[in-house]
Amino acid sequence: MSDSQSSSHVDSAAHAANPNLQHHFDSMEQQYESGKLGMWLFLVTEILLFGGLFCAYAVYRHNHPEIFTYAHQFLDKSLGGFNTIVLIVSSLTMAMAVRAAQLGQRRLLTTCLALTLACAFLFLGVKFVEYEHKWKHGLLWGKNYEVQGEMAGATEALMIPAAPSQSGSAADVDPNATILPRAARAPEGLAAEVGDHGDGVADAADDHATHGLEPKNVHLFFGIYFVMTGLHGIHVLAGIGVITWLLIRSLRGDFGPDYFAPVDFTGLYWHVVDLIWIFLFPLLYLID
Amino acid sequence: MSLSGMLGMLTSPLSAVSGIPFLGRADGGTFWLPVRAAEGAKAVDELFYFIFWICLFFFTLLMALMVIFAIRYRRREEGEEVEKTPSHNLPLEIVWTTIPILLVVAIFFFGFQAYLDMSTPPTDAYEIQVTGQKWKWSFTYPNGYMDELLHVPAGRPVTLVMTSEDVIHSMSIPAFRIKNDVVPGRYRKVWFTANRPGAYDLYCAEYCGTQHSGMISTVIVHEAEDFDVWIADHGDILGSVSPAEGGERLYNLLGCKQCHSTDGAPGVGPTFLDLYGTMRKIRDQADCECDEDYVRESVLDPTARISQGFEPVMPTFKGRLKDKEITAIIAYMKTLSVHAPDEPAADEAAGEAAETDTTETDAGDGGE
Amino acid sequence: MSTNDTPMTPAVVPENYLNCSSGFRSWFFTLDHKRIGVMYLASILAMFLIGGIMALMIRTELLTQGQTIMSSDDYNKVFTLHGAVMIFLFIIPGIPAALGNFVLPLMLGAKDVALPRLNLASYHLYVVGALVCVLSIVLGGVDTGWTFYAPYSTTTNTHVSILTLGAFILGFSSVFTGLNFIVTIHRMRPAGMGWFDMPLMLWALYATAIIQVLATPVLGITLLLLIVERVMGIGIFDPALGGDPVLYQHFFWFYSHPAVYIMILPAMGIISEIISVFSRKHIFGYRAIAYSSIAIAAFSFLVWGHHMFTSGQSELMNMIFSALTFSVSIPSAVKMFNWITTMYKGSIRLDTPMIYALCFMFLFGIGGLTGLFLGSLATDVHLHDTYFVVAHFHYVMFGGTVIAFLAGLHYWWPKMFGRMYDEKLGRISAIIITVGFNITFIAQFIMGSRGMPRRYYDYVDEFSLLHFISSMGSYVMAIGFFMVAGYLVKSLVSGPRAHANPWGSAALEWQTQSPPVHFNFDDDPEVCNPYDYSRVQYDAASGGYVRVPSEVKPA
Repeated sequence: MSDSQSSSHVDSAAHAANPNLQHHFDSMEQQYESGKLGMWLFLVTEILLFGGLFCAYAVYRHNHPEIFTYAHQFLDKSLGGFNTIVLIVSSLTMAMAVRAAQLGQRRLLTTCLALTLACAFLFLGVKFVEYEHKWKHGLLWGKNYEVQGEMAGATEALMIPAAPSQSGSAADVDPNATILPRAARAPEGLAAEVGDHGDGVADAADDHATHGLEPKNVHLFFGIYFVMTGLHGIHVLAGIGVITWLLIRSLRGDFGPDYFAPVDFTGLYWHVVDLIWIFLFPLLYLID
Repeated sequence: MSLSGMLGMLTSPLSAVSGIPFLGRADGGTFWLPVRAAEGAKAVDELFYFIFWICLFFFTLLMALMVIFAIRYRRREEGEEVEKTPSHNLPLEIVWTTIPILLVVAIFFFGFQAYLDMSTPPTDAYEIQVTGQKWKWSFTYPNGYMDELLHVPAGRPVTLVMTSEDVIHSMSIPAFRIKNDVVPGRYRKVWFTANRPGAYDLYCAEYCGTQHSGMISTVIVHEAEDFDVWIADHGDILGSVSPAEGGERLYNLLGCKQCHSTDGAPGVGPTFLDLYGTMRKIRDQADCECDEDYVRESVLDPTARISQGFEPVMPTFKGRLKDKEITAIIAYMKTLSVHAPDEPAADEAAGEAAETDTTETDAGDGGE
Repeated sequence: MSTNDTPMTPAVVPENYLNCSSGFRSWFFTLDHKRIGVMYLASILAMFLIGGIMALMIRTELLTQGQTIMSSDDYNKVFTLHGAVMIFLFIIPGIPAALGNFVLPLMLGAKDVALPRLNLASYHLYVVGALVCVLSIVLGGVDTGWTFYAPYSTTTNTHVSILTLGAFILGFSSVFTGLNFIVTIHRMRPAGMGWFDMPLMLWALYATAIIQVLATPVLGITLLLLIVERVMGIGIFDPALGGDPVLYQHFFWFYSHPAVYIMILPAMGIISEIISVFSRKHIFGYRAIAYSSIAIAAFSFLVWGHHMFTSGQSELMNMIFSALTFSVSIPSAVKMFNWITTMYKGSIRLDTPMIYALCFMFLFGIGGLTGLFLGSLATDVHLHDTYFVVAHFHYVMFGGTVIAFLAGLHYWWPKMFGRMYDEKLGRISAIIITVGFNITFIAQFIMGSRGMPRRYYDYVDEFSLLHFISSMGSYVMAIGFFMVAGYLVKSLVSGPRAHANPWGSAALEWQTQSPPVHFNFDDDPEVCNPYDYSRVQYDAASGGYVRVPSEVKPA
């Protein structure tokens, strides 16, 4: 790969010229390249960290597709979609910040960093709204999963058309009559689940049937949902911390064409955080 | 091509030399391996010794060279001349890469072959249900009899259908050379054909907590005809004994004693000593007397009413116990309690309970 | 070109990295890779002591049947912590973070690792992680075994979350070290040192670092899920909530099998150096050894399933993992052949490091070959989770890694501290440790193949004698270790001053004084073939080796 970079000669002139050059490097270029390689490797570890979760997701979705099809309907696609746009915009402003730093456009740099920061906060704000909603309705992990309030109604409404679709008389019930129209079509896994409950299907409005229609262990989806989005949220928080630090330094005027590595590396990190969300969004919100 | 054939050629000259511990005894055991009591074990042992001799040969060769070089080329004085020899040799590298590859391919092949044989149970095998729980095994025979020991007939394939009540355990019978994990929420199978009557150790091989090392049982291999007699005798655990005695047997078999002592010692659950007939304080509910109904409920739906000071950790026995057996356990508990009514009354109560139970059982059967 | 070899034993110790500044801050917040390496060394040795005491407690408990010194619950905690401390706190950081940190920049002729602050952060994380692990011990310990198998680990009421949190933090420490090494080897090699001019130790560290970076994050997420499972009851590994406990095993071994190679690869690097230097022969099959390190790193990611042959994988999966497992044995075998061939017609000096290296080949040979029994499906079913496995991985991890660590420690000790140790005691204790080790674990091989399951507090009569022998062997080993500790401490206090190049190595780290100066080299070292000994000549006057100028090549 790389050829040997350093002539191990102490180039004292280079060190005097740039105070940002650390003692053990011979040139700014060597220092920048080292930092960049380090950052890429760090990002590889980040991808692998999430990779574990994506594997868990794949295993559970493969083993229990009905849980995912059923439970994802409780997620708000419009909020998720909005958040996706927010993050993409923030990626754009971050990229512009890197460019501004390289060109020494200090004001543009500060503005772009501030915009990125604002997007990050907006993302977390929306995420908070989503979490709070789920918390209120008991759409949680493990034993805490307990559908309450209007959501319980939604569950019922959701599932009513599922029964006829199994018994072959879908025409009897208009799927559009339910609160969440499109989503209401029962997935195959669900139908199988319904089949187990035999007679209950006949009277779909019956409470028993409603319970029977919900696949077992729906909480697993929310467990995975909270772990994945939670870990991603922690990464956004970390990003906020680093970007704030960059903002302070850029206000101080630390960055310019010959020293922009921190902005560049943070940009890489931020793009990866964005990228992970771009995978999370369809996997969790857009399952149909 | 079978390994045993090849191995026979390999070891036949050696087998003539008696008294070498590696080369086996009449019971199939050797210095390295325990007694052999199942048909599939022979293939495993042959493979073991196949690998063993290969390893011993190469290890001895390498170590001999190492020691010879270390002595022969020992530095006698600093600065002595060192003969210049090549520092690489591609053909040599290829040779000593290829030879090990061929050997491990052979080892892999024989290992996989023997493994396939041991993982494909015959369809006509005698099936025994196995339940692992902290820290005991229980074996349920086709006729419903339950035992802590594993009894099997010689010369007939047996399949163990295994599951766990709590954490992962592992069924290990060294004399049969078999092992398989016992996982909660799943059914796992392992099979063997025992061929040497006798008693052999059966271990839990997957770490499972405090008494992991106590989770040992015994496999008893009967001659085929003896087994039939034995299983007929033990078909009905409550058959020839009084309800209280039967209850005590069940108490030991089902693992009740892991949590409920009979001598007043504190445990995970209430002690049975003087329990029956007392008033119990129930968590979040009204007090109640520990009578037949309460015991019955506690066995079938343990979390319905939890005595204060205890956690809802008991597994349900719904579907595992017949009503007659619950009645027997109640009879046993009565013998342990001074609060229980006098003997005749106890019998009466037991009789009554049995009657009600019969009806319920009928209803249950009809429902299925 | 200068020769940096200063004549030995000047009246005053020349300035070096040890005495150039003093005080707690100058050490704990240093960016100097050598000081960080020394701090790592002190820390891991402290952990080795704790883990070793636990090992002795285990062996003492098993000395007799039934209770000997502790209850079964205590025994379960002790063997868990023995495993966790030895693996996460001693062996994994042992060679890379302690010895590797010290020698890697020196071998490159560089002034430091590429990212010194990350290096310090790695050490600080190690300290925090170690403290968290110790906290779990102080609070009452953990009884799951170091593998933390679910659902036992999600249901036991011991302090699993704290210990796993500690291991999680240590994972970051390990990732940072590995990442730093990769960057350093890529970007800091001096002019004239191509990939195939590097000492094999660097190849080994590079391969190790790749595994550290690629495998550790998966352990991180696994432990995180375990913590979330325990704290929040998320149900992913809990069969009672519809989760899959076997998935945990896949996750865990996806890291923990490669982790075995994090332990053994740098050990192999050390052995490659020592065999060559003490035989005064160019290493045989340089490229074969270098490629085999990378091959081992690559294969290591494909074999995790062999820990689960009895866990209920399909026969097909078992077959694939068994085949892949055998493939990883080949590069290790190739290394062994090359090392022994290197000794052929050499000029072999049997100093302590070389004694350890020979012991390594003996013990690692047994460890590697017994792996064949476990890679083979039919025999593994019988041997899985028995003492055979325990003995096998101790032969690899102790007989391999720890012995190589001791070899490396004795080899670089003069460079690190500028002092020699008692050579005679060194050789004797190496022999004592090896003999004690063999007594301890050969007994366990026999027990295991006869069916004795591992992690047992008690055992049946049949195994009494073998357990007794095994425990006695462990005491012999302990005596050996106390000897090592004794003469090394004495060496620090009053050992004779070390020559810049006491063993006659041609690698760059021996071109600076012992101990090195703060920035490693006063003058730029002369980059050369690290295994060409023709230019390194014994100098009777100084008692060590000096470089001869290039034009005076010996005839």
